[in-house]
Amino acid sequence: MKKALIPLGIFIVLVVFLAIALTRDPREIPSPLIGKAAPLFSAPILHTPQQQFNSKDMLGKVWLLNTWASWCVACRQEHPILVEFAKTKTLPVIGLDYKDKDADGLKWLDRLGNPYDLSVVDRDGRIGIDFGVYGVPESFLIDKAGVIRYKQIGPITEEALRDKILPLVRELQK
Amino acid sequence: MIPELGHFSLILALFVALAMGTLSVVGGQQGRADWMALARPGAQALWLLTAISFLCLAYAFYSNDFSVLYVTQHSNSKLPGIYRFAAVWGGHEGSLLLWLLMLCSWMMAVSLFSRQLPDVMVSRVLGVLGLVAVGFLLFMLITSNPFARLMNIPENGQDLNPMLQDPGLVFHPPMLYMGYVGMAVPFAFAIAALLNGRLDAAWARWSRPWATAAWICLTIGIGMGSEWAYYVLGWGGWWFWDPVENASFLPWLVGTALIHSLAVTEKRGLFRNWTIMLAIIAFALSLLGTFLVRSGVLTSVHAFATDPKRGVFILLFLAVVVGGSLTLFALRASKVQSGGKFTLVSRETFLLVNNVLLTTAAAAVLLGTLYPLIVDALNLGKLSVGPPYFETVFVPIMVPALLLMVIGSYARWKTDSVAALTKNLLPVAIVSVLLGCTAPLLAGAWSAMVALGLTLAFWIILGSAVQIYRQIKNSANWKSTPISIWGMHMAHVGIAVFVIGITMVKGYETEKDVRMAVGDTVSVGGYTFRMTGIRAEPGPNYTAEVGDVELSKDGKLLRVMHPEKRTYFSSSMPMTQAAIDTTLTRDVYVSLGERLEGGDGTAWAVRVYHKPFVTWIWAGCLFMALGGAMAALDKRYRRKVAANTVRLKGLAA
Repeated sequence: MKKALIPLGIFIVLVVFLAIALTRDPREIPSPLIGKAAPLFSAPILHTPQQQFNSKDMLGKVWLLNTWASWCVACRQEHPILVEFAKTKTLPVIGLDYKDKDADGLKWLDRLGNPYDLSVVDRDGRIGIDFGVYGVPESFLIDKAGVIRYKQIGPITEEALRDKILPLVRELQK
Repeated sequence: MIPELGHFSLILALFVALAMGTLSVVGGQQGRADWMALARPGAQALWLLTAISFLCLAYAFYSNDFSVLYVTQHSNSKLPGIYRFAAVWGGHEGSLLLWLLMLCSWMMAVSLFSRQLPDVMVSRVLGVLGLVAVGFLLFMLITSNPFARLMNIPENGQDLNPMLQDPGLVFHPPMLYMGYVGMAVPFAFAIAALLNGRLDAAWARWSRPWATAAWICLTIGIGMGSEWAYYVLGWGGWWFWDPVENASFLPWLVGTALIHSLAVTEKRGLFRNWTIMLAIIAFALSLLGTFLVRSGVLTSVHAFATDPKRGVFILLFLAVVVGGSLTLFALRASKVQSGGKFTLVSRETFLLVNNVLLTTAAAAVLLGTLYPLIVDALNLGKLSVGPPYFETVFVPIMVPALLLMVIGSYARWKTDSVAALTKNLLPVAIVSVLLGCTAPLLAGAWSAMVALGLTLAFWIILGSAVQIYRQIKNSANWKSTPISIWGMHMAHVGIAVFVIGITMVKGYETEKDVRMAVGDTVSVGGYTFRMTGIRAEPGPNYTAEVGDVELSKDGKLLRVMHPEKRTYFSSSMPMTQAAIDTTLTRDVYVSLGERLEGGDGTAWAVRVYHKPFVTWIWAGCLFMALGGAMAALDKRYRRKVAANTVRLKGLAA
């Protein structure tokens, strides 16, 4: 009798795993940086290149780092959502103009609107490498202690904003 | 109107299945003949209703009824007729309907070909199958209705996924489903036997031909899928250890163990619990496969749209069916007395060891398939398990299985002596090692892997050949030998043919990935390919770039091959259609890749392969299936009918 129960036991364990798996998305790739301190960086500001932005200054605030570039097609798709979102003044949004020419970046923001509190230039992509960026756009939500809490790969969509980013922001801002 | 008829037919089918399933099973338990009598007509009515529903959907496709959402998603008025029909099972909802139709067809077959079985057995078997049908009908009606209508009727459909627009779609899924679903029949027999509490040899004899029939369909279905992938994906591969492929391979491995275990239970009354267990597992794996494929919990090249609701339903269904069966097993199994005794050196032992090996192989493949999912569930990160794992684990388990299968077919039941087996098999062993080790030298390059593969193949072929020769030599023996023995040899030689195919391809295939402009040549495996031109050619719902590639050997032109690159109107993803020249001992394979601009004019990325003996892989599958068919045709499965007829004749006289 006892031995005959073993298959049932194994099966129950299997079903539990399958049930957990149903709640996951196998296509979601996590960033190893989530839950770790965001790399510190200091770089010139796009509109005022003589001034340096230091990411240390953001400690104590929940903020969003959004990588973009004037050459990036997917960023155009994301841009209007960011512009709308910036109007709500929910949190500071810092842009990282990734591997771009300053003039092109400025022109791009002039034409399409500037959702950023400020943008930082990352001409050679050094900062991007520290953040493990492998495609633009990517966005990082960073908490008051400077820890990355969420990473959006690809354009921020309305759903991602509504269902994932905003609830997390509210919780972190408490 | 017609789609509503199909939908209504499905709803009716649900009620019929529910009534027929419950009454047949309960009737069997309480010995009510009037309820049990419902099983056969109930099963036949269920088949009829499902068939009507299926025809309604087929008609919606045929008549380009784009008011039906499912038709819009998977068809287009430009789609050629045969694919419009096959598109019925080109998506999730229709696949389920096909699944259901296959299940009901098996039920129909059981209801027709079960005259030699006691009524209570037939009633329980059909009842269990009816209840399985209830689950699938509920699944369709709740989450995946193929007849859902659209309010805004589109002008045209979105077309069938170009990957599926191939003759492979017409034959591969029905065959595979037939095998998948067919595993429900031995499962139902096992449950019926558990309900009955009498796991005797008769039970094994009754379910054997059904298990074999399902196994044949599964073998052919998997083989066809592999061949389809080979020429359509343009990578020249024939098996990718993709989760969806594994989902079909798992029931095959356990099914193979099952048909051998059933043999022992029938002949010797042994391994009864084990056989029951295998029957349950084989079907459980079919359901698990359905879950994995349809819920989207694993990433796969077979990217299906995912819907969590569907996953939840199948998982619940799986839990109820398999959990219920295993509970029944736990309650009843201990009461089963083991049959006769056997010694360490006997056919029983060899079959048992091979059964364990096959099951272990299945467990290893299952582990590899589910590993990413388990690791993710434990929050240990995301990973994927690829061919290196499967090959490293699978091959070492199968090598002893191939060695033992020949010894098993020589060994006697109950007891045999090592000396007698050695006397019979030592010459076979020596000759096969000699042949296996010298053949690679003739092929050009010696490698241990090829020598091992060929030795195993010769071992199996010679092992069977010697036995066949002995049977034929004695003419009395020749006539009295049951066809199932020939079937066994046929299937075993099929394994050898399959092994030769894999070994030769793995050992000697050559490929080149080159840039070719018109006039360029490339050589691979002694064959020379010369591109003489590329032209555009329109198809019914695509445009194609067709290459003209001259294939020649030693300066002699063999033929002109036409690899294609198709761009379907409905999809931006181009499809490759490889050109393959097949002979008995090799395939040469050309596939056209991307157009490369720049440099000195236009050129194309071209892949050419030389694949020795690759068709033997699929020929081996066919041999196995044929062997299975011969085994299933054995007279003794119909014996009781014959006995009855004789008795009736006697009465008449």
